[in-house]
Amino acid sequence: MTEADLNTILPEIVLSLYAIAALLVAVYSGKDKLAGPLIWITAALMAVLAAWIGFAEPGTHLAFGGMFVDDGFARFAKVVILVSAASVLLMSRDYMMRRGMLKFEYPVLVSLSAVGMMMMVSAGDLMALYMGLELQSLALYVVAAMRRDSLRSTEAGLKYFVLGALSSGLLLYGASLVYGYAGTTLFSGIIDAAGEGQTPIGLLIGLVFVMSGLAFKISAVPFHMWTPDVYEGSPTPVTAFFATAPKMAAMGLFARVLFDAFGGVTQDWSQVLALLSLLSMFLGAIAGVGQTDIKRLMAYSSIAHMGYALMGLAAGTAFGVQAMLVYMAIYVTMSVGTFAFILTMERDGEPVTDMRALNQYAKAEPGRALAMLVLLFSLAGVPPMVGFFGKLYVLRAAYEGGLAWLAIAGVIASVIGAFYYLRIVYYMYFGEEGETLDRGRTSMPWVFLMGSAAVMLLGIFNLFGVEGAAITAAAALVN
Amino acid sequence: MIGLEHYLTVAAVLFVIGIFGLFLNRKNVIILLMSIELMLLAVNINMVAFSSFMGDLVGQVFTLFILTVAAAEAAIGLAILVVFFRNRGTIDVEDVNVMKG
Repeated sequence: MTEADLNTILPEIVLSLYAIAALLVAVYSGKDKLAGPLIWITAALMAVLAAWIGFAEPGTHLAFGGMFVDDGFARFAKVVILVSAASVLLMSRDYMMRRGMLKFEYPVLVSLSAVGMMMMVSAGDLMALYMGLELQSLALYVVAAMRRDSLRSTEAGLKYFVLGALSSGLLLYGASLVYGYAGTTLFSGIIDAAGEGQTPIGLLIGLVFVMSGLAFKISAVPFHMWTPDVYEGSPTPVTAFFATAPKMAAMGLFARVLFDAFGGVTQDWSQVLALLSLLSMFLGAIAGVGQTDIKRLMAYSSIAHMGYALMGLAAGTAFGVQAMLVYMAIYVTMSVGTFAFILTMERDGEPVTDMRALNQYAKAEPGRALAMLVLLFSLAGVPPMVGFFGKLYVLRAAYEGGLAWLAIAGVIASVIGAFYYLRIVYYMYFGEEGETLDRGRTSMPWVFLMGSAAVMLLGIFNLFGVEGAAITAAAALVN
Repeated sequence: MIGLEHYLTVAAVLFVIGIFGLFLNRKNVIILLMSIELMLLAVNINMVAFSSFMGDLVGQVFTLFILTVAAAEAAIGLAILVVFFRNRGTIDVEDVNVMKG
């Protein structure tokens, strides 16, 4: 353990030490009174770390004998993770405070899971992968069940825990086979064993187990069944968190394993990914049609979006990884805005998640309704919103990667999926008269809603430079 | 003579029993936790068997990590189960059904 190693993981060390210190200080002093300030401090620290990582010197740094990789790809993913986690923390503060569910553990657990996610996208070894994944998952199980007095929240936590533990088990079994047949847990060693034409069959079985474990974490069909229930049952701020940072981290980890450890057998995993992507896109689009609960709808929406992101990976090229990164950055931005809107949906101070409550919303709140319209169009992939360019990117990657059929299927699925996004727009603008929602008053979600909608409109000029960063990131991963 | 394949077979059998325990069990959430533990221990057998077969210590180090995480996982699972029981009054798997999906 040298100084260079420690310097490479300094951001992670800072965030984990902060989490431990915040926990100790809060336990021994003000407890939940400190929760409000803690959220501000945590969000500020994450923003600082994101800037630090974002402006760090380019290049690839290995630490601890290759177990931890700090390259352009990891930095891109870490910036998205930290910025989205900080945004979700900020916009949930007011919501949680008014409902008396703001506990000081919340920002601490979010920081710890962020450390786990940073470990995941930087993993260069099966052990680092597993420790990062578990640090993230264990913190997420707890925040899902954070409302201890609510049946739905605890049930969501229980379901998430059982299925999450199952997926960790599958992943570990795969990891043990990979270790046994490759003789090492280092990705740089596995790629040597898996590269030269005659890959041992045990290694491929291990790869399939690892992939199914990771598919659970990104909720790709057929490993998606926990998603709707967990999204619906968890408190809305927690759902907003689930839909953003962990998705980016799991996608990043997926790409990391596939390219760093199994980059030599692209043909073998590309077909599996194409199938996962196809099923996710169609199930997300079709099963979402019948939903009335907007959080459940967002769960199906996220399943469909993961299908599109997987399409980029399935192409198996550097351009595919670049498309996946751009798509994920856009998806996370859209999700933050949409959940900022869902956080403000309430009637008589009680949160409402039924979509029909949005009837005639545009009359009462034209500005918010317009911002939501932009976001929904972007989620559906209607040009000229940024979401359309994200879809275009992955479709092009799939087409150039020789998966033209997948690209065509993606277009069909996006047309089907557009129905449920447009239905919300219909309710807001042309719905029947009925009980209306409260006038919006909280300021923080408003900022994120408007900011995210503005990004969806203004980003069409140059995507705010995300493209260039994604090219560098993809080049660092695929070589 | 007991060789590597015997250990792998035992581990695979235990792992499959664990998975079946998760899906076929309709009685009790505690059994789910036991099944999860069984799966992780099957992985440990695999790891130690490979490690000793190859004369490479990394697998045993991995096993220690898995044991530690499994303990933390069980603690969190039981904690969530306790709060669930307080709200629902039962821990039957069939009653984990307020949201259906």
